Amino acid sequence: MAKKPIEPKAVVPLGDCAAYIEFADKLDLDVNEFVQRLAAAVHARARPWMRDVVPSLGGVALHYDPDHPDVHGDALEAAAILVQECMKEAAAEGEDAARTVEVPVCYEREFAPDIEEVAKQVKLAVDEVAALHAAGEYRVLMIGFAPGHAYMSGLDPKLAVPRRASPRALVAPGAVAIANEQTVVYPYAISGGWSVIGRTPLTVFDARREAPSLFAAGDRVRFRAIGADEFMALHK
Amino acid sequence: MSIRVLRPGLLTTLQDHGRHGLQHVGLCPGGAMDPVALALANALVGNHVAEAALEITVIGPEFAFEEDTLVAVCGAEFKGGFPHNRPVLARAGTRFNVGRAVRGARAYLAVAGGFSVEPLLGSRSTYLPGRFGGFHGRPLKHGDALELRDPGAAARFAKQKKTHDCTVKWSAPPHTLPDREPILVHVLEGQHFASFDSNAQRAFFDTVWKIAPESNRMGFRLAGPPLARSEQNEILSGPTALGTVQVPASGMPIALMADHQTTGGYPRIAEIVSADVPRLAQLAPGGTVHFARCDLGMAAELRHHGKERLAAALRGIAWSYGE
Repeated sequence: MAKKPIEPKAVVPLGDCAAYIEFADKLDLDVNEFVQRLAAAVHARARPWMRDVVPSLGGVALHYDPDHPDVHGDALEAAAILVQECMKEAAAEGEDAARTVEVPVCYEREFAPDIEEVAKQVKLAVDEVAALHAAGEYRVLMIGFAPGHAYMSGLDPKLAVPRRASPRALVAPGAVAIANEQTVVYPYAISGGWSVIGRTPLTVFDARREAPSLFAAGDRVRFRAIGADEFMALHK
Repeated sequence: MSIRVLRPGLLTTLQDHGRHGLQHVGLCPGGAMDPVALALANALVGNHVAEAALEITVIGPEFAFEEDTLVAVCGAEFKGGFPHNRPVLARAGTRFNVGRAVRGARAYLAVAGGFSVEPLLGSRSTYLPGRFGGFHGRPLKHGDALELRDPGAAARFAKQKKTHDCTVKWSAPPHTLPDREPILVHVLEGQHFASFDSNAQRAFFDTVWKIAPESNRMGFRLAGPPLARSEQNEILSGPTALGTVQVPASGMPIALMADHQTTGGYPRIAEIVSADVPRLAQLAPGGTVHFARCDLGMAAELRHHGKERLAAALRGIAWSYGE
C-alpha cells in the first residue's frame, strides 16, 4: 500500500542550542515509527557537535553545541540538513529491528490500587481488565516525564479510561498505569495521574546499570501476568 | 579527614556540568544551575572548570574543615563565610558559617582537587528527582562528612602572596549576579507563541514576572497575569530544552531549569537564550525578571560575549597564579 510521504512540517529552534524537527502535530503511529528510525539514523551519524537526539511523539529534537568548530555556520541549518540527509534511510521499509521487552506484572489488588475503579468504569470484571492488559502488544512511542518513563500505544480500546481527576501524590516504583489508549510504567515513586492497575518488580531506570533504561523509544513491549509470590521473588 | 556538615542550609547539593547524551531515555543533563559561577570557583582553586562543587541555595550551610583545604566561593553573595571570588586557604579547624544570600540565589563552593565522590553516568551531579548522583543522591544533611579527592592540593596555594586572612589581594569579578531587578532575559518566540491571544502575547513581554515560591531546580514558576490561549486545542507532547518557557492550563508560565523534564505537553510560549539561563538561575523566589524578544543572531552574540568574558576571567586567574 502506498503511504503518503512523511515530510517535516516545521523546524523550530528550542533556544540556541537545540532544534525540534516536527513531522506531525497529532498522534500518528506511522509518523511515530518513522521518527524512531529517523532518530536512530541521526544518532548513528554521531556528529561531534550533537549532544542529544531525542525522538518524541511527532518529531525529533536535536540538542547541539552551536559553537562547535564542525558546525561551519548556522547550527539550526546544520541540524535541519543532517535530518534531511537521514530521511531516506528512515523512510526505507526495512526489517523491523525493534526489540521486544517482556515485563512481568502483578495485577493483584495490593499492587493495583485503581483496578477496581477502572473495572467499574469500563464495565468489566477485574480479572478481565488484567487479562486484556496482559494480552496486548505495545509499542514505546516516547520516553519522557521522568527517566525511563515510557509512553506505550496498543492498549485495548475497551480499557480506555480518562486520566484520574486528581493525581496520586505518590505511585509505587514500577506501577503499571493506563489512561486513554496508552499505558505507562512509572520508574520511581512520583506523583502520577494515570490509573494504576498493576506493578512490575523490574527496575525501570537504574543509573548504575549498563543500560540505565529498561525501555527505549520504538521497543515492542509485552506484559506477563505474575502472582504476588513471583513478584516478591523478582523484586530486589 | 574531611569537611563536616554542621548545618546543611536550605539546599546544598554537589553539582558539576551535568550528564549529557541521555535525554532520549528521559534524563536531562542537570548539573549546576549557574555553570559560569561553577567554572570560576573551580578555576580559582586550580580545578577543571567542570569539576563538581557544592551548590549552596538561598540559606547557607555551616561546615567545619578538618584539614587545610583550598576553597573558593563564587556566585551569589551570602552573609558570612569566606571572602568571595578568590582562593582561600581554610585552615584545619576553621568553620565556614554562611547566612542568607544577599545578592543572587546560588553560590558554588569548590575545593582544590574536588570531592571524593564516584561519578555516575559520567557526572558527579546530584539528580534530586531520581535520588541518584552526587552525595548519595540527596542534599547534604547534618553530620555528613565530605572527603577530598586530593588532600595535598591545598599546597598549590603555597607560592601565593597571602593576606592575614589566608586569602589573596586579587579576585575574579562575578558574572551572573543581578545588578538590579527586574533582570532582563532574552527569549526567542516559542513554537506555540502564536496560539496565545494578543493580550497574552503583549503581557508576556510587558510584565515584570516574579519568581514564585514553588520554584526549584526543575523549573521556575512565574507569577503575573495568567496567559490565555486563543486556541484551546491540546498540544501533542513534544520536546523541551533548558530555558523552555511553557504555559500550563493555569496560565502561569514555568521556565524549565537544570533538572527539567525532557518532554512536555504544555504549549511553549518562549525559549530563553542559553547565555541568560545562568543569570535567571541567580534569582531567588521573589526575584523579578522581564523578557525581551531576540533572534538567533542576537542569541549567538550574547553567547559569544559571555564565553569571551568567562575565558578572559579564566586567563586572568591563571595569570594571577603565575602560569
